[in-house]
Amino acid sequence: MPLSDITLEDIEALAVGAWILGTGGGGSSYLGLLNMRALYKEGYRVQLMPAADLADDDWVAAVSNMGAPLVGQERLTDSRTIARAVDLMERHTGYRFRGIMALEIGGGNAIQPLMAAAHLKRPVIDADMMGRAYPEAQMTSVAVGDLRPYPLTTVDVRGLESVVEKVPTWKWMERVSRKICTEYGSIASTCKAPRTGAEVKTWGILGTTTKAIAIGKAVREAQRRHEDPIAAILAVEPGKVLYKGKVVDVERRATEGFLRGRTRFDGMDAWRGAVMDLNFQNEWIVAWLDGKPIAMSPDLICVLDSVSGENVGTETIRYGQRVTVIALPPPPVFLTPKGLQHVGPRAFGYDIDFKSVFAS
Amino acid sequence: MRRVGIDVGGTNTDAVLIEEGQVAAAVKAPTSEDVTGGILDSLARLRATGALVDAKGKPKRIDGVMIGTTHFINAVIQRKHLTRVAALRLGMPASASLPPFCDWPEDLAALVRGGIWMVEGGHEYDGRPFMPLDEVAIRKAAEEMKRAGLRSVGISAIFSPLDPGHERRAAEIVGEILPGADVTCSADLGRIGLLERENAALLNAALADLARDTIAAFETAIRDSGLAAPLFITQNDGTVAEARQARRLPVYSFASGATNSMRGAAYLSGLGDAMVIDVGGTTTDVGQLKSGFPREANSVVKVGGVRTLFRMPDLLSIGLGGGSHVTLDPLKIGPLSVGYRLLKDGLAFGGQQLTTTDIAVAAGKLALGDRKRVADFDAATCQRVFTEAARMAEEAIDRMKTEAGDVPLIAVGGGAFLIPERLPGVSRVVHVRHGDCANAVGAAIAQVSGECDQIFKDMTRAEAIAAARAIAEGRATAAGADAATLKTIESEDMPLAYLPGNSVRVRVRVVGDVAAA
Repeated sequence: MPLSDITLEDIEALAVGAWILGTGGGGSSYLGLLNMRALYKEGYRVQLMPAADLADDDWVAAVSNMGAPLVGQERLTDSRTIARAVDLMERHTGYRFRGIMALEIGGGNAIQPLMAAAHLKRPVIDADMMGRAYPEAQMTSVAVGDLRPYPLTTVDVRGLESVVEKVPTWKWMERVSRKICTEYGSIASTCKAPRTGAEVKTWGILGTTTKAIAIGKAVREAQRRHEDPIAAILAVEPGKVLYKGKVVDVERRATEGFLRGRTRFDGMDAWRGAVMDLNFQNEWIVAWLDGKPIAMSPDLICVLDSVSGENVGTETIRYGQRVTVIALPPPPVFLTPKGLQHVGPRAFGYDIDFKSVFAS
Repeated sequence: MRRVGIDVGGTNTDAVLIEEGQVAAAVKAPTSEDVTGGILDSLARLRATGALVDAKGKPKRIDGVMIGTTHFINAVIQRKHLTRVAALRLGMPASASLPPFCDWPEDLAALVRGGIWMVEGGHEYDGRPFMPLDEVAIRKAAEEMKRAGLRSVGISAIFSPLDPGHERRAAEIVGEILPGADVTCSADLGRIGLLERENAALLNAALADLARDTIAAFETAIRDSGLAAPLFITQNDGTVAEARQARRLPVYSFASGATNSMRGAAYLSGLGDAMVIDVGGTTTDVGQLKSGFPREANSVVKVGGVRTLFRMPDLLSIGLGGGSHVTLDPLKIGPLSVGYRLLKDGLAFGGQQLTTTDIAVAAGKLALGDRKRVADFDAATCQRVFTEAARMAEEAIDRMKTEAGDVPLIAVGGGAFLIPERLPGVSRVVHVRHGDCANAVGAAIAQVSGECDQIFKDMTRAEAIAAARAIAEGRATAAGADAATLKTIESEDMPLAYLPGNSVRVRVRVVGDVAAA
């Protein structure tokens, strides 16, 4: 299949759709979007390539921004920095990357491969390794597949460059790279362990850039026509409405560097009288209806403003918001016993057996 | 304590005299095109009540005149009277792809953008320097500003709310090369979020000339009215700043109208914690009072299309008011409104449009216009309309509450008759005397505040909050507060994900009475 052009309209939609796939976390895509608008104004263009078109021995770069969202509000994402992380990886390994893919399609990291692709004149590969947002390095499809976790490059806008040459496990990669990131000022652009075309086709979560664009387009179109944006999402994605209600309590605490907590809702419409609790660790992890778990990671739990369809994040959700909670199907790779070890409820400290909303 | 409060609104300029805690006089005058005309007019009307002189006819000593105005925000929205600005950002090589003005509407940027200079400097989140400050580059930039004829400068630096040192030093250097220039440092406008804080600094710099002229005109108007009192300008957060500080930071006076209304409601009712519903002619604002101050929005606020993080009251506006259009089949109220034409266009006044005020006249709730003209509307029809208005109010109130229990509700504004005595989720509805001048009352009683919003590391939660409070108290005292009267009105802390060393972001706000001169 030939490469397809990504229009600026697609990128605007990607920013909305990726924020929804962030399942409460992943950070805002606003600054990434501003960068892309500036690049398109200067004449840069980006193309999208289906993963199926990769040759088995092609090399693919997987990129993400790492760090504290708050630091990202002061040291603003610069499109050239993520391109430098990829460039460093090419210099280090001697590979020439066929294309660039996202580590994480949920939230601001969905835009990172587009910025690198614009500068390096390579296509974006239509795939990622989470299908959503997750907080840790071992919570990826490639970690479930036990693919090699190294090397990793991290760069800082000042010219600092580091390579993590070798680590025994993904957890070690998380620890070591997090330390480097902290020294950089808690923000770094990273290029993860290079993947072959064969690895991407086997272990990547395919089509997620297209999916995020489709979700974003559905929401934006519904907003323009003053139609129900939730219905519009469910028309393009096989999701399920779990609940409609109003936020009545938010409890947050930071533990081990994560934002954890619980949000409680009072039901509306068909759910009047029913109480939902949503536990989060940066992202929404488990949904409880009247004390019983009804949805949990790896199912995607998304909280959306009932009127606008905009995503409501764990950092910003507050009392009084009217929301609709929906579930979207998880990538199959996370449904295996090994996948559930990495991202099932027990990986987040909940002693419950995974049961999918979508189990027949 | 004796103070005059003035609120310059879109339609009316209200003035009140507050004496020993009581509203001694309240008047309304039409707002004038040049603003000062309306102020002079309202002060003349206030004088005509006789409240400004004592029993012997001697002028009373007035401790302060507090003015709330929408002048500055209107200049941004209408793109009028703006000064060209030099933007100087300290933080290279970071953020270079998103330069100052990058997310402004193009028409506004074209008016304000005088030039952009980005040099090395700024700090890390933990206080380490991000890059050494490039003083040579700052000198060169200032020389270029001078050659370009720019006189107003907005300076921003990475993490300046944590350490404003680089911005201050840059301002000194610019001042040496451009003596007398108006310089705004973004650290004075608080809040983490470089782009939004920088936008606020640039807007502030763009208002430099207008602020100087407007405040001078206010001072002249007060003097011409025969008042020998210091001038204060009310701020977005319900406090006041001395005229000289307001002249330096006009953006802090953007949203004073709604804030003053809520503060006035608190004062007139004697309630510190309550919901407030301000029903005007076209819209209704709902907000929440916490310790007598409006709860603030903790998110992005767009002003004239520019993203900022101002300390603005968190308000929900709905299209419900005394002039709202009413249709009966199907039943619908607003959002269209006859606005200031109510007394001409309303059915009860001989016009053609059915409004909520006409329904209130028909139901005998208001003695206005000609009740015979609305005799067709029976009690059941009127009740349906009131029920719908109450439902709209109830939903707005519920959205703005931060806790589930029943809370008191203060109803102010000319359309307050639409608020029934009982509402679900509301413990009691309070109507107050002078509620139609709540905004001028709010201006008259305003206090002085100080705020701290920064990240603390390796401290217990209690230590971090105490450190933040000390910083906020220092700022309030510097802004003219009496240190003995300071109290904390807001304190919130947010643990930060992905930052090491138990980092916590603490925001504390304190207020106190204006210190005696």
